[in-house]
Amino acid sequence: MNWIYEPWPWYLSGPLIALVMFVLLMIGKRFGMSSNLRTMCTICGAGKASDFFKFNWKAQRWNLIVVLGVIIGGFIATNFLSTDTSVDINPKIIADLQSIGFKSAGDAYMPDLLFSNDVFNDPKGLLLLVLGGILVGFGARYAGGCTSGHAISGLSDLQIPSLIAVISFFIGGLVMIHFIFPLIF
Amino acid sequence: MRSIIYLVIGVFFGIVLFKSEAASWFRIYEMFQFGSFHMYGIIGSAVGLGIIIIQFIKRKNIKSFYNEEIHIPPKERSFSRYMFGGIIFGLGWALAGACPGPMFVLLGAGYLPIFIVIISAILGTFLYGVIKDKLPH
Repeated sequence: MNWIYEPWPWYLSGPLIALVMFVLLMIGKRFGMSSNLRTMCTICGAGKASDFFKFNWKAQRWNLIVVLGVIIGGFIATNFLSTDTSVDINPKIIADLQSIGFKSAGDAYMPDLLFSNDVFNDPKGLLLLVLGGILVGFGARYAGGCTSGHAISGLSDLQIPSLIAVISFFIGGLVMIHFIFPLIF
Repeated sequence: MRSIIYLVIGVFFGIVLFKSEAASWFRIYEMFQFGSFHMYGIIGSAVGLGIIIIQFIKRKNIKSFYNEEIHIPPKERSFSRYMFGGIIFGLGWALAGACPGPMFVLLGAGYLPIFIVIISAILGTFLYGVIKDKLPH
């Protein structure tokens, strides 16, 4: 059972994600994470600002419970199911990242530059996290779904709109990494 | 009872996202640099099996565990909302290195700065709701 403590290979992880989608379908629900962000807006009273948030959020309570589970899952995985959480990415990319200031590349799960607690005293890092979050939230709702709703559920259902969305996710990601990163790091 | 099922599904999904390293910023960066097959393998095998599962459900008219119809509504037809929304999402996905599932995994794993990303993502969703009628869909 030692493999559990190692990083899980793609050919195990991918099918397990499909299993999550399958089980949700079989209990009459649909797999999608970003809709929870809308539900959270509604709970915070966003219905006063836009009709988009006027809906019966209690019908989405089940998905918030899934989110709570995801948080607990992250806690369990890092504390009880991992011996070493450093991510063994491509060595060439580790070298590239280190040369632009990501010193923890190859030795950590998340980059210190953005995700150590030092970032709370780093205006630039904070700004980047805020910007990244806003883009993710705005874009996911504009596109009507995120990686789970479009890339996994939508493509599995052979939906052309999801294909357009996923191709666009990649265009955005490639532009960020190849054209915008050199300007900010 | 059903709440416990949702919680268990969430815990399982969270563990898979963490252990597969799909929640790691580095893996997302590596994916957009085409540095490894790993992320493509995860998404590709999930979709490959997902297609088989959904075709099976539709063709065999499989009922849910509660013996109800499984209804998967088609996505609304459009181009611009998927393209513009998708590109905006992709920019954020690559910058923050996390999408809406992994964000919560990372919160549970104790990376406190992800809390800023989550609050900002809720704010981004709010901004969309406020200006959506002015955007091309």
